[in-house]
Amino acid sequence: MVKKIRVLMAKPGLDGHDRGVKVVARALRDAGMEVIYTGLRQTPEDIVEAAIQEDVDAIGLSCLSGAHMSLFPEVVKLLKRKKAGDIVVAGGGIIPDEDIPKLKKAGIKAVFGPGTPLTEIVEFFQKAAK
Amino acid sequence: MFRPEELQAIEKRLRRWEETTLKDSLKRQAESRARFVTTSSAPVDRLYTPVDLRDWDYHAKLGVPGEFPYTRGIHPTMYRGRLWTMRMFAGYGSAEDTNRRFKYLIEHGETGLSVAFDMPTLYGYDTDDAEAKGEFGTCGVAVSSLRDMEVLFDGIDIGTVSTSMTINSPAAVTWGMYLANAEKRGIPWTGLRGTIQNDILKEYQAQKEWIFPPEPSMRLVVDTFEFGTRHVPQWNTISISGYHIREAGATAAQELAFTLANGLEYVRWGLERGLKIDDFAPRLSFFFNSHNDLFEEIAKYRAARRIWAREMRDTFHAGSPRSWLLRFHTQTAGVSLTAQQPEVNIVRTAIQALAAVLGGTQSLHTNSYDEAYQVPNEKAVRIALRTQQILAHESGVANTVDPLGGSYYLESLTDRMEDEAYRYFERIEALGGVIPAIRKGFFQQEIANSAYRYQKEIEDKGRTIVGVNDFVVEEQPHVEPLRVTKEAYERQVKRLQKLRRDRDAKKHAKALDALRKACEGTANTMPHILDAVRARATLGEICGVMREAFGVWEEPLLY
Repeated sequence: MVKKIRVLMAKPGLDGHDRGVKVVARALRDAGMEVIYTGLRQTPEDIVEAAIQEDVDAIGLSCLSGAHMSLFPEVVKLLKRKKAGDIVVAGGGIIPDEDIPKLKKAGIKAVFGPGTPLTEIVEFFQKAAK
Repeated sequence: MFRPEELQAIEKRLRRWEETTLKDSLKRQAESRARFVTTSSAPVDRLYTPVDLRDWDYHAKLGVPGEFPYTRGIHPTMYRGRLWTMRMFAGYGSAEDTNRRFKYLIEHGETGLSVAFDMPTLYGYDTDDAEAKGEFGTCGVAVSSLRDMEVLFDGIDIGTVSTSMTINSPAAVTWGMYLANAEKRGIPWTGLRGTIQNDILKEYQAQKEWIFPPEPSMRLVVDTFEFGTRHVPQWNTISISGYHIREAGATAAQELAFTLANGLEYVRWGLERGLKIDDFAPRLSFFFNSHNDLFEEIAKYRAARRIWAREMRDTFHAGSPRSWLLRFHTQTAGVSLTAQQPEVNIVRTAIQALAAVLGGTQSLHTNSYDEAYQVPNEKAVRIALRTQQILAHESGVANTVDPLGGSYYLESLTDRMEDEAYRYFERIEALGGVIPAIRKGFFQQEIANSAYRYQKEIEDKGRTIVGVNDFVVEEQPHVEPLRVTKEAYERQVKRLQKLRRDRDAKKHAKALDALRKACEGTANTMPHILDAVRARATLGEICGVMREAFGVWEEPLLY
């Protein structure tokens, strides 16, 4: 049997906007992945701990409050510190264009803004887990 | 409204039309889709006629404006007497930044203030709390203390302008700061006008900015009802909000049903406290979304007024007509804004604002075109405000009351919306009421299901979103960025530190102690919250005391 791709969907920080993260979680599940949703208000430490414990292939971070610059890179940093740098991290939300190169430089593999087709996100996670 | 023989004649004519004119037309050109639906995926028929309003009674369904059941509007003259309040939701960075934005908006003709708070403030944390990292001022203004509140309204006449504050879990505290600020400025509370959102139920369902579990949260809400009734009689102590329910993915009918179900739940809690319905019901206000589908939205507002009036008069036996009125604010749908070709959002917002006006809103916020990216820049906000001014002064839609009343389509939609709301009321009741349904994740799951269906419709191209899945252009959109500065953060933290340093430590400790006792007992917390605010206790400290006394909510996880 082919191992199912495991993805942790997480909401770092205080942001309560969870429409997007839930829609993406469901799309990934419908595409055959194993999805773990952390719920709201997770610190980067919580997220990294859950990712390692759940042995996921990838993490999807969602933030619409504007705090992505301090929260997303922190997750990548902590993963590396915990020797789990092979877990792929992607992010989405209300993210100004000029922040995208900075996030990518910090190790966020992809950034998905409003209007991104679900198929594009699903494909990303399918490829990322290979 | 129609005599049976007249209806028969219309039916006969329709049948003939179907067999001849329509049939020929369809033969020449089939309809573009097998099924036409609203933004909420509700089916829409080809044509609406008196046949759709068969047993429809004008007096029972519409009546006249300013009279029960208020379907046509809550005022006899509506906008001929006074236009809606143009109230732009604003807030970013420090209190100084937002104070400047308020003055800019007033200068350009807005007629009411509306404060957006940042995430830490919404969760009851001070700016320098570890939990607040990275969140300062990004999607609203930080107000951690009375001092911030003073700066926020500096130079603004809060004795005449009305202020709406979008704050929920810590609403009593933020309101306390507003009241204490007025007190310091010598403005009597009896003259203050405004609204605190204070609608905790929809936080559990949709907006998710909760702190405490439902029961102590509801107690705080009722504390503000009671306090407001006695001391701040012109203040709306709650704005029962469908806006966020809709933004989270609900359909129009779900927005309507869940909001009104929440409203009725607040009424029950108020009555349980021993408040008299006619003392607090007139201070309950509402807040709805306006999405893309013009007629569906108008129908929703009209159905809302009719249901509320009936429930208040006939179920709760409110005697005063003022208790029957559903007064509401509208905001255009943030979730409808696209990051692609962002300028096109101006058009979407205009249509949504039109729906709000045709639906009889009391106040209106229009979103700015750049809000799929950020808190709006000045130019974008001005265009959004101008959109309202065009509707008010150029379009002619404000010249007559309920101009679409009597439209076969609109009246059918209004009736259907009403029926759907009552069906949801029954389902909620079967689950044991609003709070048990929240604990079971009922609303959350209904909303998530609708959000997913909507997204799938876009993906499958069953629904066209201009610029997103059709009429796409390859361009790098440019919006003028609005950034929260490091200086603003430092200024805010410095002010907070100074406040903590300069205050009377004894008085401060005593006030917090009294508040703790009040929270643990059953006394109204408002006077104690006010004392704590006056003693310069910060939002984080006051909410910290409450967290200890009340505990915190953990939501059921689902998607």
